Amino acid sequence: MIETKLPFDQQYVRSFSTERNEPDWLLNVRLQALAKAEELPLPKPDKTKIDQWNFTQFTNHVVESAPLSSLEELPEAVKALINLNEEQKNLYVQRDNTPAYLSLSEDLKAKGIIFTDIFTAVREHSDLVKKYFMDGVKVDEHRLAALHAALFNGGVFVYVPKHVQVDVPLQAVYVHERAEALFNHVIIVADEGSKVTYVENYISTCETANSVVNIVAEVFANDNAHVFFGAVDSLAKGVTTYVNRRGITGRHGRIEWALGLMNDGNTVSENITRLIGDGSYGDTKTVVVGRGEQIQNFTTSVIHYGKHTEGYILKHGVVKDKATSIFNGIGKIEHGASKSNAEQESRVLMLSPHARGDANPILLIDEDDVTAGHAASVGRVDPNQLYYLMSRGIPKEEAERLIIHGFLAPVVNEIPIESVQKQLIEVIERKVK
Amino acid sequence: MAVLTIKDLHVSVEGKEILKGVNLEIKGGEFHAIMGPNGTGKSTLSAAIMGHPKYEVTKGSITLDGQNVLEMEVDERARAGLFLAMQYPSEISGVTNADFLRAAINARRGEGNEISLMKFIRQLDEKMAFLEMNPDMAHRYLNEGFSGGEKKRNEILQLMMLQPKIAILDEIDSGLDIDALKIVAKGVNEMRSNDFGCLIITHYQRLLNYITPDYVHVMMQGRIVKSGGPELAQRLEAEGYDWIKKELGIEDEVVEQEA
Repeated sequence: MIETKLPFDQQYVRSFSTERNEPDWLLNVRLQALAKAEELPLPKPDKTKIDQWNFTQFTNHVVESAPLSSLEELPEAVKALINLNEEQKNLYVQRDNTPAYLSLSEDLKAKGIIFTDIFTAVREHSDLVKKYFMDGVKVDEHRLAALHAALFNGGVFVYVPKHVQVDVPLQAVYVHERAEALFNHVIIVADEGSKVTYVENYISTCETANSVVNIVAEVFANDNAHVFFGAVDSLAKGVTTYVNRRGITGRHGRIEWALGLMNDGNTVSENITRLIGDGSYGDTKTVVVGRGEQIQNFTTSVIHYGKHTEGYILKHGVVKDKATSIFNGIGKIEHGASKSNAEQESRVLMLSPHARGDANPILLIDEDDVTAGHAASVGRVDPNQLYYLMSRGIPKEEAERLIIHGFLAPVVNEIPIESVQKQLIEVIERKVK
Repeated sequence: MAVLTIKDLHVSVEGKEILKGVNLEIKGGEFHAIMGPNGTGKSTLSAAIMGHPKYEVTKGSITLDGQNVLEMEVDERARAGLFLAMQYPSEISGVTNADFLRAAINARRGEGNEISLMKFIRQLDEKMAFLEMNPDMAHRYLNEGFSGGEKKRNEILQLMMLQPKIAILDEIDSGLDIDALKIVAKGVNEMRSNDFGCLIITHYQRLLNYITPDYVHVMMQGRIVKSGGPELAQRLEAEGYDWIKKELGIEDEVVEQEA
């Protein structure tokens, strides 16, 4: 039986918050959340039983790392993600729980863009952070959301002022070196009429035996704002991950997600876009690869509240070895969200007889005047495609590789930073080999 | 000079014998045409030469320059110098035509000897222009959403890029209008040399107006029943197949299901 008692108490949370000079409101949120974490149940991802997974037990809540004096100090695998030659970088690097490097171009600073680690943001932009912190994901949704709010120990805050368009991507790299627990909190706020692209990487440089990662990203595209959110997660085998990426749109707001979920450990990923404002738009593209004996559950949901809202879900997954991947896609249209459109497509490619893949498309519609559609399939590599490629001299393994890459291309091609796209391709290569 | 030799070839599909002893030799520099009514085993012959897993060779041999083709995997056959322009090419989403072609060329050249990107692009541009293909087609996904004519032209593009020793063109003329047919024929004729042999499978004489074969064979009931020169194709066009059936005393019988 897994230990359910939380390893950290009020006393600990109070001193952790005080050491970082956090404002009172945040300390109170943390303390209340901790109390709730003891009562609330775990989330219940459809078709995956997670009550024996370790999301809560670890000995050290934070590890201290040194900031980087130069990006050259980073391991090669991490350096490969970054365009080192670029002069005006917009880059944040975090080593475990420590903000290790930050660079924001003068141009973006002058436009009033905030791009900083979450601790600094809490101190320097307390009111702004307070407005958005745990507003997209609520503390009382379940134990892991509450625990996250109580113990968050890393992350980044992005704020783009009204009508400011950022043409270059902001990049955050979260390096998992030896932390037992990473509770990373990311807030992206694109205020009215603004536009921003944010790309994040979670990368393990170690093979930890047992780590807990609990990520919450809250993305707000206010009225007429446009957020593009790209991510590549590649955490190691021993890491149990809960990752919740949540989007909220204002009137005519747009959020586009491109997520490469390549963790090697057990993972619960939840990606929900709430289309609140009339005329808003949500588009989620996800690729995943499951290998070894890992169990993963990917729930992607777009919930329509506003009229004339459009939601699109596209998920492509490859499952091999004895891995299990569950794909839940939910398009939900609430009463009153007339003239809305919910579309989703899930495709799973099975590469071994022992792999398990399951695609569950769900449409929940509470309004008459809407359109919706879904497509889902679970299948194997088409032997006719293999024959065709091989008939041109391409060996079987390479032919399979081409077919798999082609299958994942619709999402991979959407990643806006070339180095990150390249990394995603490399991770896929490594995982499907 | 390459030689493809087929001796007493018997092929079954799902337990049913389709080819019942085919003998044929194609040398570099020679163009052969195989004609015949539907369902007589023409496509089975091409699939068996290339090694489609559904087709089982129960007797006989295929060799290329003395090497046993039947012992080779499909990709090895291609690298040995065989090429099959397919009647129904597969569509492969997410893989661009250009990436696919480069992978195919490099598979032949082997590791450490890959074609340079510049040289590849130059060749590709040149061949596509020759076949009057829209340059966009290089960056479209392999055969995905291509019209019937575009797919056939793309097969000939691959033929020209890969430069095999022996090519089999399986009904490369089906579904083509006359302009497209002329372009496809232009591509095949461009390949003509002493180092290249070709087997053209067709229902119709029409294609042979543009690609002149050196030899014409008629296939019926899983065997080659008559061989001759280009004049044989013309007679078939004018008189159909009945005279041959009569001459050989053949009753109508379909041995091959249409794919």
